[in-house]
Formats: sequence, structure tokens, C-alpha cells
Amino acid sequence: MSDILIPTEEALAEAPPPTGGGGALRYVLTKILGGLISFALVVVLGFLLFRALPGDVVQTMTRGRPATPEMMAVLEHKYGLDLPLWQQFLRYIGALLHGDMGESYFYNVPVWQKIGERLWPTLLLVGVSTLISVALGLWLGTRSGWRRGSWFDRISTGVALTLWSTPTFWLGMLLLAGLSGWFPTAGIVYSDTPPDFFSQAVDIAHHMVLPVITLVAVTYAQYQLVMRSSLIEESHADYLTTARAKGLRDDLVRRRHAVPNALLPTVTLVFLHLGMVIAGAISVETVFSWPGLGRLTYDALTKNDLPLLQGTFIVLAGAVIFMNTLADLLYRVLDPRVRAA
Amino acid sequence: MIIVRSTLRAVGVTLLATALVTGPVAVPAGAEEAGAQSPKILRVGVTQEVDSLNPFISITRTGTDILRANFDYLTVYSQKDYSVQPSLAESWTTSDDKLTWTFKIRKGVKWSDGKPLTAKDPAFTFNKMLDDETARTANGSYVAQFESVKATDENTLVIKTKVPQSTMLGLDVPIVPEHIWSKVSDIGAEPQFPMVGSGPYYVTDFKEAQFTKMKANPNYWRGKPKIDELHFIYYSNADAAVTALQGGQVDLVNRLTPTQFDALQGDPDVATNNAQNRRFNEIVINPGAATNDGTPIGNGNPALKDVKLRQAIAQAIDSKTLVDKVWGGYASEAAGYIPPAFKDYAWKPSGKEVRKFDLGAANEALDKAGYKKGQDGVRVDKQGNPLNLRLLAHAENVVDENAGPYIKSWLSDIGLNITIVPVSDTQINEATTRGEFDLAFSGWNANPDPDYVLSLQTCANRPNAEGKGGTPDSFFCDKTYDDLYRKQLSELDPAKRAGIVKQMQARIYDQAPLVILGYDNALEAYNKKAFEGFPLQPAKGVIMNQQGYWGYYGATPAGEGPVPVFGENGENTASGAGTTQAAAEDSGSNTGLILGIIGALVVVLLVGGFFVVRGRRRTADDRE
Repeated sequence: MSDILIPTEEALAEAPPPTGGGGALRYVLTKILGGLISFALVVVLGFLLFRALPGDVVQTMTRGRPATPEMMAVLEHKYGLDLPLWQQFLRYIGALLHGDMGESYFYNVPVWQKIGERLWPTLLLVGVSTLISVALGLWLGTRSGWRRGSWFDRISTGVALTLWSTPTFWLGMLLLAGLSGWFPTAGIVYSDTPPDFFSQAVDIAHHMVLPVITLVAVTYAQYQLVMRSSLIEESHADYLTTARAKGLRDDLVRRRHAVPNALLPTVTLVFLHLGMVIAGAISVETVFSWPGLGRLTYDALTKNDLPLLQGTFIVLAGAVIFMNTLADLLYRVLDPRVRAA
Repeated sequence: MIIVRSTLRAVGVTLLATALVTGPVAVPAGAEEAGAQSPKILRVGVTQEVDSLNPFISITRTGTDILRANFDYLTVYSQKDYSVQPSLAESWTTSDDKLTWTFKIRKGVKWSDGKPLTAKDPAFTFNKMLDDETARTANGSYVAQFESVKATDENTLVIKTKVPQSTMLGLDVPIVPEHIWSKVSDIGAEPQFPMVGSGPYYVTDFKEAQFTKMKANPNYWRGKPKIDELHFIYYSNADAAVTALQGGQVDLVNRLTPTQFDALQGDPDVATNNAQNRRFNEIVINPGAATNDGTPIGNGNPALKDVKLRQAIAQAIDSKTLVDKVWGGYASEAAGYIPPAFKDYAWKPSGKEVRKFDLGAANEALDKAGYKKGQDGVRVDKQGNPLNLRLLAHAENVVDENAGPYIKSWLSDIGLNITIVPVSDTQINEATTRGEFDLAFSGWNANPDPDYVLSLQTCANRPNAEGKGGTPDSFFCDKTYDDLYRKQLSELDPAKRAGIVKQMQARIYDQAPLVILGYDNALEAYNKKAFEGFPLQPAKGVIMNQQGYWGYYGATPAGEGPVPVFGENGENTASGAGTTQAAAEDSGSNTGLILGIIGALVVVLLVGGFFVVRGRRRTADDRE
């Protein structure tokens, strides 16, 4: 978690120079093109990276059960592993252009299907927790930044930092051990919940409580700290003095003047993080047996499931690139200084 | 609508409220579902994912465990001692040349959808495997030597093999219904649910990485099970599964660690089962790895080709200490290559063969064999090079991690310098297949038919010239052993075959290409408030991962005892009906449900509120 602030700083440092009105289109296109190039690199890297993993794939697949050399040769041929690397690469690119990411070795189903199954639970879990942790972080950060050095500031910042440095799996296990009487211990729904929408939705919400609390607890601090520090930076700005001089209540000064300005770095941070949302939270997903994408990636890695690894890698990296590009574009909308010529 | 004074504050307060409200007061879901009319469900917590529920494809422990309950076999392994007994095949005969097998298929058996099961179904299953490569994925080796399979009438199945095959009564192939699977165009695709079967249960629902639901098969030919549903619930976190057992969210778990098992001993609601298992743990010693045409490969220490050195290593490893310290006593001490759970084939050294743990004797033997000790206490080989040996260990395996230091210190006591090399599972498989090891941890699950584990030690099982195809274990290649292997394969008399298998184990023990460390027990536990018990296989064996379906089939809810004991023909030999009444079930409370709904609503409001408020703020700013 310690590297979490770096992207913000980078993003701020890389804030594009002001351009003219005609430059707007060029700005957008440059950003999109940059995103596409990064994505192409990811595709190539994904292929090469996992080919470099140790372990004979077919050997791994057939470990622990009778397999004749003929059966193994058949498997190799089936997955195209008997071809030279460059041919494998061309086949992989060709298939990818048709939206085909191959078939998982372990699950024997198309990779996109597997990823599709796991995407929604992750989006739900991490999406909801991010939302809560952003809201909580912003609120606490505003309060503590505005009254810097107060009891509230000291306690809330202390708590946030403590939780931030708590190992995720440990906190998860504690919650699980302590609250398993009231909350489910695994998965997303009970196996015997009626299939109607309402029961399912309620059961999913019930299953989400512990993982969401865990995720929020270990992540909200970053939003709080960024919000707090940027509010402190703004707190001596001249426009605040002006606002106060106008006779506005302290509350209004904070809400209408200080917060909107201080919000900028936090919003950037939020967007950068949204990209990583689908990488999920492997440890939370593992502790709570949540059927998400993060754990799928980890499992694919341990099972040497090449196509699945490539697929998850592309999807995860693609999401980060997409969100970064989006953040770049949004930044222009949010910050008039970037827009202004 | 109330005017929101501070948007952020409102959001924060709602959040805290959500956490507080839905937090401590919600009620366990188990209680919600209890009720007089509710179905009896056995919830099994499993820690391994299902790869596939296609009977032609699935190879994982959990997948095959589920499929065993879904599809019956021609023959099954008995509950008591893994002996072969009739199942879908009522009886069988063999031709004089032992190449033609005629199975009489049981009359009156119905599939779970009510259609009759005839000899055409097994004929379809085997022929599909012969015709379609994909259909051979999981169990192809059983049909590798099949010549032809025919249903000559409704109840007669004739299988011709190319060579005599001793595994014909242990065909671990799920028999699928022709009327369903003949319409399947892609045999490797995931099956449709409900999955029509002939076993005690059939799969009705499968949520990948979450759960598999099975219902009792009302048409099961041995009789309907006592429970209505069987659910397998996936846990990626074994400790959570134990917590769930204690909290009543699951009823049965297995593969517990000694620590987890001990912790459950004191729980009044939990019964534990310390079961003899099918697994042996070993250290393989590279006796000079080579491909199947004899070309040496790898970089094993050449000194290990000397049987005297290997025997000294074997003598310097104390199984008793490992059983006590590594497995916390939940294991049996090393003997033969086949685990003692398989009584018919298990072997134990006796008389002069016995090589007791004795560091002094091992040292003496090495002195005699000419391995002199160097200045630093490390012996040197005949060329004068110090005996430095690598021991490959599975990095994520607790057994390897704990046993490693013991073995290192014993071997250091006899003058061998061991470096423990922890690597990933795939790397260890790769390295051992390439012969790039001196010593390595390994282990296998034996089957009631010992053929597969025995084949691991044959010359033919070494990789081909490209270093592929073959699952070598120790690279042992010994003519005496191979001759015995071929002999047992075509020996159809069980007692004679067992005799040969024992000779083979004696040969392995003597040549010491591997050292058996011990046989760890399967540690299982179940909720005894909900369940009276389960049939074990064999008598002191396991509930889950059986070579059959007895454990799940005979699951007995509390108060409905006694637990069945399945005899030589699969009939229940337990006498007397249960007299204890089922404990009064807690009436359901829907507090949890209501609070859950409130929680969900709060979340919705919160999300909505957040956006509404953002909108308000913007307008306020614009106004200014």
C-alpha cells in the first residue's frame, strides 16, 4: 500500500501544459493513441512473460494421472504448443483480434467466459467498497484537515493509519473468526437461497458485509490523507480569506470554497484506483472465498494455465490503461487550469 | 425531503449507520432456513475448486468425488476393504484367453430421469471414449488396450481387449446415459444440469468457485439416500471452512491440518475422524536419470548410482520422528510402497530385509563402502569430491518445510551435506522430470488397483528422447522390477497378483531409489448435532474422497441412525432402526433477513445520495 500515493503525484506532475481550443481534439486523440499503444505492448508482453514461466504445461496438466506419451503429444498439438514460438504468437494475435482468448487448460472452457463469470463479483465487491471508502475518506479527510490538530484530527488520522497498515488477510480472518456467527463465511450466496431476485439480492448483500468492511478499513486512509493534506494546503489561500471577509460562515467557506479546490487531487487518485479495482483484492477474495477476478488470476498462475493467465493479464492491464486515459481526459474537464489557454 | 446540510457528513453518517445496523445484529442464515418442512441437506466444505463436472473431463479430487456420487460404475470398491464388488454389472465372466469380458448388466436400474439403464449405456460410454480423443481426457488409460465394446442385448456387455488387462474390474469410468450424451455435439463442453445419472445423487446446479448442488436420486437402485440434498461449498480459505463447521454453516470438512484437527477436538458439537488414507510421502533419490532409451539426462550426483549410498540414506531417515513431529502423530510409520490402507497389497519388510533407523550402522556401511570423511566431516565420493546433495522441496508444503530440517540433520550425521532447495510445485515437477535433482520430496495417492503407482517406477515411464511424455518418479529402472511389473499386469488371480506386487515392493525397498517417509492420515470433521455419522471406507478410513460413494450415500442425519454398513454386495448390514428422536429444530427467525434488507436499502440510498449530492453541489457552485 505504500506505493499508492505515487500515481497521484505522477499524474499531477504530468498534467498536460495548457493548450489552445483547437488543441482539445489533439489532446484527446494523443491520450487515446497513447492508451492504445500501451495496450498493444501489454498484449505482446503478456504472451512473452508467461511463456517464460518455468514448468512444462502439458506435464503439469497430466501430473498425477496415467498419461501415455501419445496422449501428451495430442494435448500439445491441441493447444498448439508443438509449434515454434513465433507461430504460436501469430496464432495468439490472430485469435485475439477475433475476440478469442483461447481455452483455459484447467477449466476447459473459453477464457472470456471464465473472466466474464468472475468479473461481476469483483466489480460488485470492489466497486461498493471503493465507493464507501472514497466517501468515508473524503468526509473524514475534510473534517480532520479543516480542524487540523484537533482531537478529531488526531484520532481519526491515527485510526486510519493503523488500519491502513493492518495486513488485509489478518483483519479479514479476525472479522471472520469474531463475526462468523452473524455473517456467512464464504462465497457470494448460500447454496440454498431461493432463486428469486429479491432473496438473492439480500443474500448477496449479507455476504458482502465482511469483505466490504475489510476492504474499506484497509483502503479508506489513502483518500482521507490526500484529502486532508490538500485541504491543509488550501487553508491559507487568499480566496479563503476573501470568502471569510465577505462574512460567510465557516461551514460555507469550507464547503463552497475550500473543498472543491482541495478535491482535485483526490478525484484523480480515485480514477487511477478505479482501474485497479478489477484486479480486485486477492487477499480479501481468498479469505472470504469470493469468486472474483483477482483470485482467478492467482489460481491461473499456480496452475500454469497459460491462456487464462494471458486473458486475465490483458483484461486487468486493459482496465488500468482505460481508466488512466479516462482520468487524463477527465482531468481536463475538472480542472479549468488545464483547459485554459 | 430533509435538507442535507453537509453532504459529506451525511454520507459518512449513513455509512457508519450501515455498518452498525447490519453488523452485530444479523442472525445466522442457518437458522433462517431451518424449519419442519425444510429438506435435509448435507453441506460439505471443500477447499479445492471443481475443474469441470463433465465426467469425461474432470480430474480434480473434488470433481471426481462429486461425479462418483452422480454416476455409478460397472463395479465399485467395497466400503469395508476396497475389494471389487458388483454395481451396475451384476456379474461377469472372462474367456479362456482372458481377452473377452462379458458383463451382465443389472436389470431394472433406472436413470434419475426415469429412463431404463441398459447395456447400451456402458457400450455408448466406452465407444465414445474409443472414438473421441476428448472423451479420453480423464480416463483414457482404462480403454487404451480395448479392442471393441458391444452391447449384445439389453443386459449383456462384451468388451474385447488387445492384451490381458488386470484392471478390467477396476474401470473407474463413470457410465453416462446414451439418451442424453449421444445428443451432445461437443463432448468436452460443460454438461447440462440437472445432470441425469445413475448414482445416489445427481447434480442440479453448479456455480463455479462457489458451490455444487446435488439432489437425492429417487430412482437409485440401491434405494434413495436418507438426506434430500448434498451441497459442496467451496472455500478458498481452509480456516474459514473450520469456522463454518463450528458455526454450523457446513456439516462436513476434510483435509484438516493437525493444528485445526486438534483445535476441533474440544468442540462438543463436532465429531472428528482421524482416517487412514491412500497417500504415501517419499523422498526420491536420483539413481542416475535417463530417458526411456537409456540416454543419461539431468545433473544428479553420480555417487547416488551406488545402491550402498542410497541404502545408507534410507537407513538414516527416521519415520517415527517424522510421524510424531511433522504430522503431529496423525500418520503411520513407513513400510512398503503401497499404503497400509490397501491391506491386500500393502507390504512390510520382515526378518533380514528390515533396515532399522540407525545412524551408527549407516555410518559404518558408508565407511565400508569407501566413502571417507573429509576434514569438515563431509564424506567424499570415490573421485574425491565432497558429497553435496540438493534436496528439492515444495515451497508451499508444510510437510516438506517441517521434514526438511530433520532429514538434513540426520544426513549430516552420516557425513552428507544437504542443501534444501524450496521451489514451486511446477518447478519441482519440471526438475524431477528432467532428472535435475539429487533428492526430492514427492508423494502419490494410491488407488485400490495398484497398477498406476507401480507403473511410475518402471523403465517405460521415463521420458522420451525429448524429455517429454512420462511421469518419472525416481527414474528407477530395474529389470527385476519391470519383469515383475509385467507379470502382475497380466495375472488375473487376485491373490497371486498381490504376491507379485509385494515382491516388487521388496525390490524397491532393497534398491532404495526412494525412501518412504510415512503415510499421513486424512483428517476430517463433521457436525454431530446434525449428523449421526457416515460410512467410512475402508473400516477406519475416510468419509470424503472415497473410491466409491458410500460416505455420501450413507450420510445419516441425527436421530435417524444407525449409520449403514455396506456389505459384500453393497447391502446395508447394520441392524435395528434408530430410536433417538431428532432434536427439536430451532424455528426460523427472519431478523437477519430484515436487517439485510435495511442494509441493502441503506447502501442503495447511499449511492444514490452521493450522486444527488454531487449534483446539488455543482448547481450551488454555478449559482455562485
